[in-house]
Amino acid sequence: MNHPITLTVNGVLREATVPARRLLSDCLRHDLGLTGTHVGCEHGVCGACTVLLDGEPVRSCLMFAVTADGHEITTVEGLAAADGTLSPVQRGFAECHGLQCGFCTPGFLCTVTAFLRENAAPTDEEVVEAISGNLCRCTGYQNIIKAVHRAAEIQAETQGGEAGR
Amino acid sequence: MKPSPFEYHAPADLDEALDVLARVGPDGGKVLAGGQSLIPLLNMRLAAPAHLVDVNRVAGLDTVEAGPGGVRVGALARHAAVERSLPAAAVQPLLGQALRLVAHPVIRNRGTVVGSLVHADPSAELPAVLALLGGSVRLAHRGGERDVAAAEFFTGPMESDTAPGELAVSAFFPALPPRSGTAFHEVARRHGDYAMAGVAAAVTLDEDLRVTAARVACVSVGPVPMVVDVTAACGGSPVAAGGTGPDWDAAAAAVRDRIEPEDDIHATADYRRHLTGVLAVRALRGAADGAAADGVAAARAAGEGER
Ligand SMILES: Cc1cc2nc3c(=O)[nH]c(=O)nc-3n(C[C@H](O)[C@H](O)[C@H](O)COP(=O)(O)OP(=O)(O)OC[C@H]3O[C@@H](n4cnc5c(N)ncnc54)[C@H](O)[C@@H]3O)c2cc1C
Ligand code: FES
Ligand code: FES
Repeated sequence: MNHPITLTVNGVLREATVPARRLLSDCLRHDLGLTGTHVGCEHGVCGACTVLLDGEPVRSCLMFAVTADGHEITTVEGLAAADGTLSPVQRGFAECHGLQCGFCTPGFLCTVTAFLRENAAPTDEEVVEAISGNLCRCTGYQNIIKAVHRAAEIQAETQGGEAGR
Repeated sequence: MKPSPFEYHAPADLDEALDVLARVGPDGGKVLAGGQSLIPLLNMRLAAPAHLVDVNRVAGLDTVEAGPGGVRVGALARHAAVERSLPAAAVQPLLGQALRLVAHPVIRNRGTVVGSLVHADPSAELPAVLALLGGSVRLAHRGGERDVAAAEFFTGPMESDTAPGELAVSAFFPALPPRSGTAFHEVARRHGDYAMAGVAAAVTLDEDLRVTAARVACVSVGPVPMVVDVTAACGGSPVAAGGTGPDWDAAAAAVRDRIEPEDDIHATADYRRHLTGVLAVRALRGAADGAAADGVAAARAAGEGER
């Protein structure tokens, strides 16, 4: 049996009709054509499929699309501004070489975006804890850690103008 | 891989959930909570239930209530919400100490405390916490509910006393008496993985800082969380700077004797036994330090009250 669902993905209302067993990751990729969300392990270990559900990072491979019905999803495609300007986290990763093949990157970007919202000036230790659920086969993580710190700096600079909130 | 097909039910309230479960439970219907244990099993086709009852839309189950007697956690309270709850931490700090060791932050955003108890993985932290504290799980079915004590709830590896058609609606984690402290220490292959060995400890002291109660619960070294009372082994020396202190090594030996570790791909039984002894000392010492600090704080509060 198929179920009609409505998701707000990156600010846009999207409708799909899916079988109950459709994982949110597959719904995003196959039904909605948003292939930025990557799928590595499908059992919650690699973190590549991490998206934001109502602003909080979750594994899209460990959630059914029907459970997400009515909720708001942000994928890697929704992180940059509408005019294409990269977000502070995306800039941090670009500037610090926080990626090589890029397979793991969408998951890292979503995880770190939510993390820096909660902790705008993290220590090394806090960064390592925050990204501990995301695996990267290429970088050796050092540049990812640098990228998170750089993203925090960029975020502080760009939000400087709106200080006092 | 992908899950095999199932019939999906999404009840909006508790009555509807219990009605559906009464109907499909005997047919192999399963509850879907956070999905952080169940969906990997479905993806790997290690489980293929004919029905899933998704309780994520059931109103009123995401509660975390802290009172003087303890903390009651509703079925939809996520690990992250319980971890962040300051009232819960004030009443039962062991919850937060354990939750920081459960998986990764992102998994904790979806996984539920009650789901972890029902899942009853012998390597999981929260069943050990419930067993150590002597807590209970409240199970509802159409037309009634029952409370099951932790000692009866965990019946085997990945097996809990949850009947088909029952919904675990909450779990209760009791507070400890004054001058008590807790700690949780574990060793895992990788940060966030299930532990090769882990020990939760709770220690209560008297006014002279002598141990009046000391218990540990061990993970990954038996079919269920292994609770060992080590009060007698600790001896009568007070927890005090300079003194010899309680005999933690004797306590650790008592723990090593009681556990039932097995060999597997991650560690040998001997290594798990060794680790558990080391972790027991660490956890007991940490809990005793916490208890001593708790005693000082209580005495100070009492002193201020008298003035
Ligand atoms: C990568 C990874 C690492 C992990 N590491 C750890 C770890 O180190 N320690 C740890 O403890 N856990 C770990 N987990 C598991 C995690 O804590 C789960 O959240 C938890 O075990 C189950 O909770 P859930 O809400 O996700 O349950 P689900 O996956 O939804 O359900 C699990 C089982 O319990 C049943 N169930 C759930 N809720 C109820 C209910 N209210 N009433 C009746 N039945 C119910 C389901 O039918 C199912 O059989 C890890 C998970 C992943 C993916
Ligand atoms: S694909 Fe979801 S965690 Fe690996
Ligand atoms: S950049 Fe290749 S896996 Fe991370």
